[in-house]
Amino acid sequence: MSFLEYRVKTAPTGLSKVFYFNWGLYLLITAVAAIGWLMLYSISGGDMELWAEPQMKRYIAGSVILFVIAFVPIWFWRNMSGLAYIIGFLLLIAVEFAGSQSKGAQRWLDIGPLQLQPSELMKVGLVMMLAAYYDWLDPKKTSRPLWVLLPVVMILAPTALVLMQPNLGTSVMLILGGAGVMFAAGVSLWYFAAVGALVGGLVASVFTLRGTPWQFLHDYQYTRIDTFLDPTSDPLGAGYNIIQAQIALGSGGWGGKGFMQGTQSRLNFLPEKHTDFIFTTVAEEFGFVGAFALLALYALIIGFCLITAMKNRDRYSQLLIIGIAMNFFLYLAINLAMVMGMAPVVGVPLPFLSYGGSVTLVLLIAFGLVQSAHIHRLR
Amino acid sequence: MRKAPRDQEESARRVTRRTLFMGGCMSAMVAVLGARMRYLQVDKADDFQLLAEENRINIRLISPARGLIFDRNGKLIAGNEQNYRVTITREDAGDVEAVLNKLSHVIPLTAGDIDRTLKDVKKNSPFVPVVVADRLSWDDFSRIAVNAPALPGVTPESGLSRIYPRSDDLAHLVGYVAAVSEKDFETLPNPDDPMLKIPKFLVGKLGVERRMEADLRGKAGNKRIEVNSVGRVMRELERTEGTPGADIRLTIDADVQNFVQARLGDESAACVVMDVQTGDLIACASAPSYDPNLFVRGISHADYSGLMENDHRPLADKSVQGAYPPGSTFKMVTALAALDAGAITPETTVYCPGGYELGGRRFHCHSRGGHGRLNLAGALVKSCDVYFYDVSQRVGIDKMAEMGRKLGLGTRHDLPMSSVAQGIMPDKAWKMERHGQEWRIGDTINASIGQGYVLTSPMQLALMVSRIASGRSIAPRLIHSIAGKEVPIAEAEPLGIDGSLLRATRQGMYEVVNRQGGTGYGSRIVDKTLLMAGKSGTSQVRNISATERARGVISNDQLPWRRRDHALFVGYAPFDAPRYACAAVVEHGSGGSLVAGPIVRDALLRALTGGIPPLEAYPEAQRARIETQMKELKLRDAEGKAPGSSRA
Repeated sequence: MSFLEYRVKTAPTGLSKVFYFNWGLYLLITAVAAIGWLMLYSISGGDMELWAEPQMKRYIAGSVILFVIAFVPIWFWRNMSGLAYIIGFLLLIAVEFAGSQSKGAQRWLDIGPLQLQPSELMKVGLVMMLAAYYDWLDPKKTSRPLWVLLPVVMILAPTALVLMQPNLGTSVMLILGGAGVMFAAGVSLWYFAAVGALVGGLVASVFTLRGTPWQFLHDYQYTRIDTFLDPTSDPLGAGYNIIQAQIALGSGGWGGKGFMQGTQSRLNFLPEKHTDFIFTTVAEEFGFVGAFALLALYALIIGFCLITAMKNRDRYSQLLIIGIAMNFFLYLAINLAMVMGMAPVVGVPLPFLSYGGSVTLVLLIAFGLVQSAHIHRLR
Repeated sequence: MRKAPRDQEESARRVTRRTLFMGGCMSAMVAVLGARMRYLQVDKADDFQLLAEENRINIRLISPARGLIFDRNGKLIAGNEQNYRVTITREDAGDVEAVLNKLSHVIPLTAGDIDRTLKDVKKNSPFVPVVVADRLSWDDFSRIAVNAPALPGVTPESGLSRIYPRSDDLAHLVGYVAAVSEKDFETLPNPDDPMLKIPKFLVGKLGVERRMEADLRGKAGNKRIEVNSVGRVMRELERTEGTPGADIRLTIDADVQNFVQARLGDESAACVVMDVQTGDLIACASAPSYDPNLFVRGISHADYSGLMENDHRPLADKSVQGAYPPGSTFKMVTALAALDAGAITPETTVYCPGGYELGGRRFHCHSRGGHGRLNLAGALVKSCDVYFYDVSQRVGIDKMAEMGRKLGLGTRHDLPMSSVAQGIMPDKAWKMERHGQEWRIGDTINASIGQGYVLTSPMQLALMVSRIASGRSIAPRLIHSIAGKEVPIAEAEPLGIDGSLLRATRQGMYEVVNRQGGTGYGSRIVDKTLLMAGKSGTSQVRNISATERARGVISNDQLPWRRRDHALFVGYAPFDAPRYACAAVVEHGSGGSLVAGPIVRDALLRALTGGIPPLEAYPEAQRARIETQMKELKLRDAEGKAPGSSRA
């Protein structure tokens, strides 16, 4: 498919694009973001300026970027895919040498007043790159070993850099997000089965090699696994987060304790209550009803994306949207599983709720791309 | 490159298929998350709600104010004062040592304080607050409060502490409180009381404080407080006030007590003043004394060993706990036993040649030359030993012991004080049981003059005098009222001794003091309305061997302090209408009439006149000496302040 092909079809131009914008999807993510501001306000004990206001400002600024991206034709972005990937990759290398440390990991890049997490940017860059790759690749060659190896390298190269930071959560997300695009693109299921078996073997060796000089993970990562498997083994240390998060969740009950009445967050029992563990406060203050409603909202967003993807007949657009939906889902699933004690604590934020600049910005860029693909789809 | 439309169609369909499959997987995962949410929030909600409440709510006991102790006139003897202290809780502090180091920059802490705290912290459960420092100044206290955010687990607390404003005046009687110890749990009333787990909770350790613990302690209140993750108290949710302990009024008159205590001075002595009619203990002094406040604050090693090594034994309560041979003060018992048994009449005379031969042994009278022929009054006046040796042979030990017990000797009286001595009132059965030996005639001889096996406490002697003076078996009373409710005065039955016999005995005691040549003549009161009757006693603490007696008994002045005789004196006043009885024992004080008599006289006058004894009550020749003596007494002022001290 070429530019010519797009031009042949009638794509909206100028201001009329506003009517083709997927407002439902945008409203959904704004609703989630608004819940986030509400929660940040509650957690700070009624302090607007501490977290809620900066987060709102970021969202508004990010929205402007979203609209700009959305109104630029998707074929432009397709052509930028390689560039996005390379920039993301170079930034990851830069962070390796010039990044700031945080909790024993090198994750941040200080650019003037901005703090940037290149690994977040890379998630979008990788999806764009893979979508462009499969758009270019003859579908018949999709499952040939050499043409499978290439995207695998594309995935593993940045993953290796992220793993060196080290950032296990983002590494997992890069691999699974990339695998999602490959899966959607039609790579033979045998490859996935083989990789699945390999991972199984790897996990086994991770545990068997523990304590030897060849151990794969950092000690703190092992500790996280240990405490995930049995949080009560260290109730005041590493298991504290998990136990307190579950207490907050569970004590919410059906209807919750009410807005700004969550004792676990208000009295500081919750760790990372405004970032990774923000969901616990939602659950504590609004109960099962509120938490489930939020989960439903997220599911709706993913559903919207997938439907948008299936309606689109452009291969690049389809794979791009699926990749982004997959990433969004991974944020959600890993974060919730971690908060609810079903996965080890790996430091994955809850999209649009957790306080943080890079993630919000990257997500809005991603949704801008989804909107662009939606506006400029083949009709 | 161009793709065949069929291929395109096929790949698009595959994308759709796979997308649907992915959507299915995602839905499944969302369902799993929802199910987990439901499990945590609905099925397990109760458990987690409980845990959340446990997280945030602490229940703290509020220790009630301990009951106050007053004297009979409402003067404060034991009170409560505000005390500022700081505690640390391990589970909130995390690294206790680091926090303590930080704390030591805020308030002065010694290395010893830190070591002790660390030890305490290790010993206790992580949630138990341990006291780091006590009796902080207000400045230190507020400095901790200001720095609280930097000191996790550290809580400044204010509470009540015990204070004894009349410090050493009533130390033996009232005792003191101190932090509860492991040992206390075995002996305290209601050891399950959760209050006892409050760090440094003060419980009575001795005296009235210990014996009346159940009344004084009160009931704990509690408060439910909300705390944050570092244990900082956010707000109080609910508060139930405790019930303060009952206030106790003693029968003691704190001013008389103060006078007596001061009068005993540095002697190793005891003096008990008792109300003859009611048995109320007006004063119960033991000297030397100590400052009970030292024990409340935690006595220093140096102070404690100072008290322990003092040969005058300041920690012992000689007034009720000390058991002394009563010496000649016992002679009333011997006399009354004989009179009551009809063995003698008051006019029966006995000839004293200076000794008494019995079974080949010679028992000496204190007067080597002998007293000549004496009736009862004469024998008491001269304190003739031979008269009582003789009389005791006529009446026998069992009757004497019976009379002694009737007068309150050899009996444990129920007083709320620590280790109230029973004393010994020996008889034949006692000796057989205790020593497995037959009673010997010599034992009766010794007992007749209050030597040998006989042991009495000064309190018992005062009671004996009260009973002789009143003719009724009054019981000693120390607690006047509890929580405003008066403790009834025990019904005092008549002794069952013929009134004329008691009168004759009293007459003898009167003459001891008021007849020229009587052993107590030097201690007489000349005020006609306050005349005193009494009896002196000097009890040997050593055996005088025959060889020594042959060479001449060594006089007390030449003996080391520890081997000198005990000086005793018992008396009551006024003679015609008895109000107060008094007994004094001065350990190794040599002569009863010389040392103990004046103490008894001063104590009785102090109790009777309600002020410093007037000089007019003393014989003229003594007034100048008495005046300077009274001036030198270190008495408290009306508010109970110690002389030359500004502390209340």
